[in-house]
Amino acid sequence: MKILVTVKRVPDPESSIKVNPEGTGIVESGLKWVVNPFDEIAIEEALRIKEAQGDVEVVVVSVGVSESQEQLRTGLAMGADRAILVKADRPDTAAVAKILVKLVEKEQPTLVILGKQAIDDDSNEVGQMLAHLLGWPQATFISKLTFAGDKASVECIREVDGGMETIAFALPAIITADLRLNEPRYASLPGIMKARKKPMEEIDAASLGVDLTPRVRIKKMAPPPARTAGRKVESVDELINALQTEAKVM
Amino acid sequence: MANDLSPEHEIFRNTVRKFVETEIAPRAREFDKMGRFDKSLYRKMGELGMLGLRYDPKWGGSGLDWSFTAVMFEEVARCDNAGVTMGISVHTDMATPSLHEFGSDELRQKYLVPSIAGEMLGAIAVTEPDAGSDVAGIKTRAVRDGDDWVINGSKIYITNAATADWLCLLAVTDPEAGYGGFSQIIVPTNTPGFTYQLLDKIGNWGSDTGQLFFEDMRVPISNTIGEVGRGFQQQMMQFQDERLIGCVSSVAGSTALWEKTKQYCQERVLFGKPLSKMQVTQFKLAELLTELTAARALTNLCVTKRVAGLDATLEITMAKIFVGRVVRKVADECIQLHGGFGYMKESAAGRAYVDTRLISIGGGSDETMIHYLAKMLGI
Ligand SMILES: Cc1cc2nc3c(=O)[nH]c(=O)nc-3n(C[C@H](O)[C@H](O)[C@H](O)COP(=O)(O)OP(=O)(O)OC[C@H]3O[C@@H](n4cnc5c(N)ncnc54)[C@H](O)[C@@H]3O)c2cc1C
Repeated sequence: MKILVTVKRVPDPESSIKVNPEGTGIVESGLKWVVNPFDEIAIEEALRIKEAQGDVEVVVVSVGVSESQEQLRTGLAMGADRAILVKADRPDTAAVAKILVKLVEKEQPTLVILGKQAIDDDSNEVGQMLAHLLGWPQATFISKLTFAGDKASVECIREVDGGMETIAFALPAIITADLRLNEPRYASLPGIMKARKKPMEEIDAASLGVDLTPRVRIKKMAPPPARTAGRKVESVDELINALQTEAKVM
Repeated sequence: MANDLSPEHEIFRNTVRKFVETEIAPRAREFDKMGRFDKSLYRKMGELGMLGLRYDPKWGGSGLDWSFTAVMFEEVARCDNAGVTMGISVHTDMATPSLHEFGSDELRQKYLVPSIAGEMLGAIAVTEPDAGSDVAGIKTRAVRDGDDWVINGSKIYITNAATADWLCLLAVTDPEAGYGGFSQIIVPTNTPGFTYQLLDKIGNWGSDTGQLFFEDMRVPISNTIGEVGRGFQQQMMQFQDERLIGCVSSVAGSTALWEKTKQYCQERVLFGKPLSKMQVTQFKLAELLTELTAARALTNLCVTKRVAGLDATLEITMAKIFVGRVVRKVADECIQLHGGFGYMKESAAGRAYVDTRLISIGGGSDETMIHYLAKMLGI
């Protein structure tokens, strides 16, 4: 079995993000970059399947700038077998999904695992788009994945509003990982050193014959307004009044 | 560290950072109360490859260079507990370098392999009640009796005193032989005749510092690291790693404190505006970071020379002096910027004030360093 796992290079969630003066994006210089945390969970899940089933190849894929190699290397260091980097300059979610379709056609994986969303723009779209374009079953926001005895189908538990949903479907399929699916392992130093020798293929997005024209345009980016100081209210009535007329939450 | 690091350095940095953020930092104050680190975490560090960075893969190490050590301690030092950082670095870079460099294969198999795996913990035992800076003045005596050393004496201010499984002990093996009369001997702490007493320190609470007592302890002569009589020289080499690791950790810890203080100044409002909007605060913070950056640059020069396989004794000696002074100054100024809160034990600035005081004493005091430096310069 082959599992394709997507990996996105994102700013470290611990770093402080500043919007550039032009309001077109964030200031990228000096930022520390990491693997999107939900993608780490996706990698971990693939590695656990590999460890449980033996004959599984885990291929990590990133669509983005050449520096994304570092995040792919992290995936390899965690234990993935090989990596594919599709070089593309700021593709939007639709472009990423279309690029992934090409890779799926080429690699023929049984399962594609993605993080439910990337923590940079929080779009939460690529997995769903990919499933639609391929016509494959999908389970998004999953917190548990179990293979059927014949390994031809899986059962997933999804975290949905107000509860859990259990769904089962035949493979191949698309899965997106939620926070509670697992706790990803660390990339150990021996793993990091081994990863140096693992294959990393580079593909130019333009060579895949997909339409990369952005469908989404960022018109303006602005930091959230600074929090204003709170104030003390004298009575419950005043509180209710403030919530109704000022905060407009009641 | 320098900017030209490989992706492997960065991935390793992320691993250490994540380990520190999830396993150490949340428990930092707990380790203060315990007066020691949770020893079981060493196994996990061993699995991640953190305990044998520069050591031969033959013994379970990773065969890397000082640049990886620097990355590791730049991150470990951000664990919010200087005592814990010290305890870990004693194990990885103060107690084990001689064993790795000069130990027999049997000795390395028995002590280095489990130490790199995190199954055993080491301590370095040099300082004595009557001899600290004057290392050659130590009195702990190892007398040959058949195939054994019989050891009597005492060591003081020894880090990992309660938790160590073995000591890299410096003892007198021939009182007549001058600098050729010392040997480094591995002493398991379960040897009959070994006892310790913990000491109460003003800072570095997360490490167990103690006085050790040796009464007719018998250990095999084969526990000698390298040649009998070469202990003093080997220890002088081992001190180089000790001092450099101290510089790397101190600069990183101090930089973390500077960042916290800057944030505090931006949040603390007095006279109607944030403390950071007062020019005197801005000047102070800017100047402190300038000095920290200079300290980091000097430290990086030492690391770069070590990576290139060059002798860095001169630069390490200078860095030890300079870094100690800078980080003490930073701690002092950061307390001031925090006001009364800075004086509380729960404030990082308050802890740094007592923690950093050690830098100019441990591993060779400032005066000792300056004395060596003047000698090296032929003044
Ligand atoms: C928290 C802590 C942890 C430690 N951990 C360890 C450990 O794990 N292993 C270990 O072996 N040791 C350890 N030490 C001991 C440390 O290395 C010694 O304290 C240090 O070397 C100084 O020795 P001393 O305390 O005997 O001071 P002394 O040597 O008595 O020095 C007293 C003063 O004399 C000054 N002086 C020394 N030489 C000269 C000179 N030539 N000219 C002018 N002035 C001079 C010194 O700078 C100092 O100011 C630790 C100490 C502390 C506080």
